[in-house]
Amino acid sequence: MHSGHSTHTAGTVYEAALILVVILALTLYPIAGILTSKLYRKWPPSRYFFWYTGVLAAMAALVGPLAERAQTDFVAHMAGHLLLGMLSPILLVFARPMTLLLRSLPVTAGRQLSRLLKSGPIHFLSNPLVAAILNLGGLAVLYTTDLYMLMHQSLVLHIMIHLHVFLAGYLFTISIIYIDLTTHRYSFLYRSVVLILALAAHKILSKHIYASPPVGVPREEAQTGGMLMYYGGDLIDLALITILCYQWYKAAAPRPLPADAAGQKG
Amino acid sequence: MFANSEYPQAFTNMKNRAVYSSRNYWSGVFFGIGTMAFVDEVIFHQLLQWHHFYDLSTRQAGIFADGLLNAFAWFVGIGALFLFSDLRRRNALWPKRWVGAVFLGAGGFQLFDGIVMHKVLRLHQIRYGVDILPYDLTWNIGGGILLLTGLVILKQTRKPARKMKEGK
Repeated sequence: MHSGHSTHTAGTVYEAALILVVILALTLYPIAGILTSKLYRKWPPSRYFFWYTGVLAAMAALVGPLAERAQTDFVAHMAGHLLLGMLSPILLVFARPMTLLLRSLPVTAGRQLSRLLKSGPIHFLSNPLVAAILNLGGLAVLYTTDLYMLMHQSLVLHIMIHLHVFLAGYLFTISIIYIDLTTHRYSFLYRSVVLILALAAHKILSKHIYASPPVGVPREEAQTGGMLMYYGGDLIDLALITILCYQWYKAAAPRPLPADAAGQKG
Repeated sequence: MFANSEYPQAFTNMKNRAVYSSRNYWSGVFFGIGTMAFVDEVIFHQLLQWHHFYDLSTRQAGIFADGLLNAFAWFVGIGALFLFSDLRRRNALWPKRWVGAVFLGAGGFQLFDGIVMHKVLRLHQIRYGVDILPYDLTWNIGGGILLLTGLVILKQTRKPARKMKEGK
């Protein structure tokens, strides 16, 4: 990205496009929220907060000082990875963008979207195991091959990899916790097992980075970055585990037996 | 606040204990595992810094086993607390059985960590640059005592559990 005039211009175009996407995300969401609140139940204010923090967390990893340092500093890259692939998705899920989108679309478009969400490919992708493999597998390829080094030399690779980290992180999050609209549901036990395996893979990968740095990364940076990935991942997964367990807790709530309710009345 | 105040007539605590005997047990075991993993991380890795994040001599299998064990412990440690709350709201908490299971889980984890992870897989040692034997002995005997304490407490809850199940 630093060599040649044309690549430099491409980099600027990329950043401008990114900022445009961020501005669109930050304006369209509240417009949809406010307009649909006139037709349906009021869109809760907390969801705007989650949307803004989620979008800003992703943006911090892609443009600005942290993204710039990530070009040369592996620790900054890892901090960006935690923001983009793990923290931002959790925040965004709580903003329930899919629910808002379906509320905002006209009926026919809404039907088409819900048909798409129920389709086979989406069913396949929303399987927690598939999402986990896409998420952690992508990271494994990035950090154990030359891809990490190549990423810094090609803008196209850079964009594709960051897009994958974000999308796979988001997909994994919605496959584990059912906050937003969820068409295909899996049992708590299955999701728990997949979450444990994914967390284990995250730990294994971060120790692997610690032991054998990706090509082009100095040992010291790889060690600090690996530990940041390990403990940062623990912290964010703490949130994911707690939310999943809480959803089980709510779903498993005992209901009074009809006979008891009748008895109470009498 | 809990189920017993919402549905006072549904069950008595004693009956609930028998019905949810195994949930009491697993909540305790999981809490013991999670707590011990957390104590290990905070005291030996962070505060004393005796353990190393990775001493670079471990084989791949050790790293895999350690990742799985810690992810499992992290998950069940949190899950155990939700199971505990669930027992409270069902008015089915059996404190003695739960505490016994905590000792069992904690001791079991300690022994597994001390024997399989430290010695068999040689993931890392308790401390470096010292004669390791007294450390290993203290570690594993400590784990053994926790485990035995748990078994003794649990044995005392086995009979009432069976009696209540039969009387149901």
